[in-house]
Amino acid sequence: MTRLLTTTTTVRALASVAVLFFVLLGLVPAASAQAEEGVNINANFIDETTDERTPATGTVLVLLDADGAEVASTEIGDDGRAFLAAPGPGTYIVQLDEGTLPEGVRLRNEGANELEITLQAGQIRGGIFALEQGEGSGGGGSRFLSDLVSLSFSGLKFGLIIAMCSIGLSLIFGTTGLTNFAHGELVTVGALTTLFFNQSMHLVLAAIIGVAVTAAFGLMNERTIWRPLRDRGTGLIAMLVISIGLSILVRYVLLYLAGGNRRAYNDFGNQSPIDFGPLTFVQRDIFIMVIALISLVLVAFAVTYTRTGKAMRAVADNVDLAESSGIDVQRVIQTVWIGGAGLAGLGGVLFGLDQTSKWDMGFELLLLMFAAVTLGGLGTAYGPLIGSVLVGLLVNLSTITFPEWFPGIGGTGLPTELKNIGALFVLVGILLIRPQGILGRADRIG
Amino acid sequence: MDWGQIFTFTAESAFGTQAMYFAIAAIGLNIHFGYTGLLNFGHAGFMTCGAYGLAIPLAGGEIWGFEWGQQAMWKGVLIGLIAAGIFGLLLGIPTLRLRADYLAIVTIASAEILRIVVRATSLRGLTGGSNGINGFTTSFQNARPSFLDDGFLGYSSRQSWVLMLGWIFVLFAVGFTYLLIHSPWGRVVKAVREDEDAARALGKNAYSVKMQSLVLGGLFGAIGGMFFVLAQGSVQPTPQDFGTPKTFFIWVAVILGGTARLWGPVIGSIMFSGLLAFTDTSLREAVRADYIPDSILDGVQVGQMRFILLGLGLMLLMVFRPQGIFGDKRELALDAR
Repeated sequence: MTRLLTTTTTVRALASVAVLFFVLLGLVPAASAQAEEGVNINANFIDETTDERTPATGTVLVLLDADGAEVASTEIGDDGRAFLAAPGPGTYIVQLDEGTLPEGVRLRNEGANELEITLQAGQIRGGIFALEQGEGSGGGGSRFLSDLVSLSFSGLKFGLIIAMCSIGLSLIFGTTGLTNFAHGELVTVGALTTLFFNQSMHLVLAAIIGVAVTAAFGLMNERTIWRPLRDRGTGLIAMLVISIGLSILVRYVLLYLAGGNRRAYNDFGNQSPIDFGPLTFVQRDIFIMVIALISLVLVAFAVTYTRTGKAMRAVADNVDLAESSGIDVQRVIQTVWIGGAGLAGLGGVLFGLDQTSKWDMGFELLLLMFAAVTLGGLGTAYGPLIGSVLVGLLVNLSTITFPEWFPGIGGTGLPTELKNIGALFVLVGILLIRPQGILGRADRIG
Repeated sequence: MDWGQIFTFTAESAFGTQAMYFAIAAIGLNIHFGYTGLLNFGHAGFMTCGAYGLAIPLAGGEIWGFEWGQQAMWKGVLIGLIAAGIFGLLLGIPTLRLRADYLAIVTIASAEILRIVVRATSLRGLTGGSNGINGFTTSFQNARPSFLDDGFLGYSSRQSWVLMLGWIFVLFAVGFTYLLIHSPWGRVVKAVREDEDAARALGKNAYSVKMQSLVLGGLFGAIGGMFFVLAQGSVQPTPQDFGTPKTFFIWVAVILGGTARLWGPVIGSIMFSGLLAFTDTSLREAVRADYIPDSILDGVQVGQMRFILLGLGLMLLMVFRPQGIFGDKRELALDAR
């Protein structure tokens, strides 16, 4: 890690961040609408002796279709890039032949020699193989540290996304007592509406419409279902079951409307990687984190200082007391629904931008959201922020490969497909130790 | 539209394997929710325990250098029940002292996680990964009595063997529940549902009683899962088979028939399976006969309709008739806490 601390690296890193922001300010150019589909692959590594980005020239890449048949193959060129033309839209797997990597170079994540990529008509997407120079025997420690840095980075990004999705969940519980199992569907609605509008317009515009639609959908939820039910005096448990019914209904209506494929947005998909010490990331990672951070800071500010925000916290604290001190509770609840749903929708867009969008993505996130909210404190305004970042970090870091010297589990790590298990352990653990969560109050847990 | 076929299929499904294992699992859920007021949203997890617990020993396999051959049926059943019991304990320990919706959150999460775990590639030797397990029902089918060799009432010979045992077990389970609920234990369970504090004030250990109920109902869930995979002949970790929708199919069956009713889960399962089959086949027929154009609904999308119906049905039932068709509103545990 001394490498990180050298002045030249630091200066270069600062410069690249500066460049990055100028690129972002100039609103990254939209992907050109070419008539053919394909994948742009980047494969570079940092040369240990010169500390420079070096292309893995000559590495063989193979494009496989969904049935595993080879449809194209190429080699990484002198610029560290290669283009694989696909025969048409569909799902493909890019396979890197590890035997053809330059001498002493290996995949940063062992076994990660395949990328799954879904292409729509006329779409060109980018992919990165993270490489590093092997250090012979006993180099596991450095790899562990670089894994730690990159997994923390993606964990932080993921945590910020979960935070956006789960603030509404917590505030809706706080103000109305409803445990809303249909909250994940707000995330999906945001991502899929944006996907729909992204077919005909730029992602930024599509995302604005998507978030607005989600906020309107949240308001509709409140006005047509939850407020009438509250007025009827329907119990909280009954409402909880109803929210599950709603979740299944909305999820499968979305499947009916949008189909079952994973899909990516048309813009920002094909970006060159940026190296930053042990980190390799693309512009959109920074984009996602900055947007998430700004929205979360704005929300925290609004909840703390604005009149509505104060009213919101008052209602979450004690509905009767708030009502008797002249707060229009119904109005506050309505605001919470609009804001919470809009944030969840934006979270969905960012999640879709980071990975892909799918009809049940929100439901998959719901478990993490519940873990985050419970950890932070169900019903509180700031709890989800802390809880989400912790859950995001934990879920990503749980897949880390332990260094060889680690007693017992050296050289092994949790398979990526099992990483969400960490969230369940957080959930169960916090319920055993401190069921009200980090910021919650003990009288809430019943 | 071939109405004869639609009605035949509906009637067949109403008493077929799906209704049978729904009924068994629903009896378990009725013990949880109907009698004890526990919000178990992870019933599919108990079914997964039963299904894999049965299939893994029966199929034989090898993982991490440990190898086992095809085992006897009773070992599989025992392992499935033990797995479900442990699953129930693990769910109950952190949640049963807390407000009711924590159990809901933890159960729904655990069941989904369990499905992800059994699907994992690294466990392929044990659970078959995403392929699941096939061909473990041979010994079970070999034990079939010869009078079922030609099938029964239009069900195939394999199906009728599972069906016969399954429905006999349903009768047993209903009888068992009757005795259980009319025992002192049953009265304590209901007291805990109605007012936990009052039950505690009378010296009853509410936590322990809820835990017993959770494990006991979970065992029925596991047996339901066993009959499910015996009838299907394979175990597959798909969302349809062991995911959250499966849990809520059973919830709808319980609520439809009437919670805290002895025969409620059985009648609910029969009605709901029939209803699902009816909408499914009539939609398919309508698509085939071009009453519904392909642009609105194609063959694949018909399969999605049952889930839309499930969500809508669950909402409407809870809003308009939470006690179900034969339920008693006084026995409704919905706002115990």
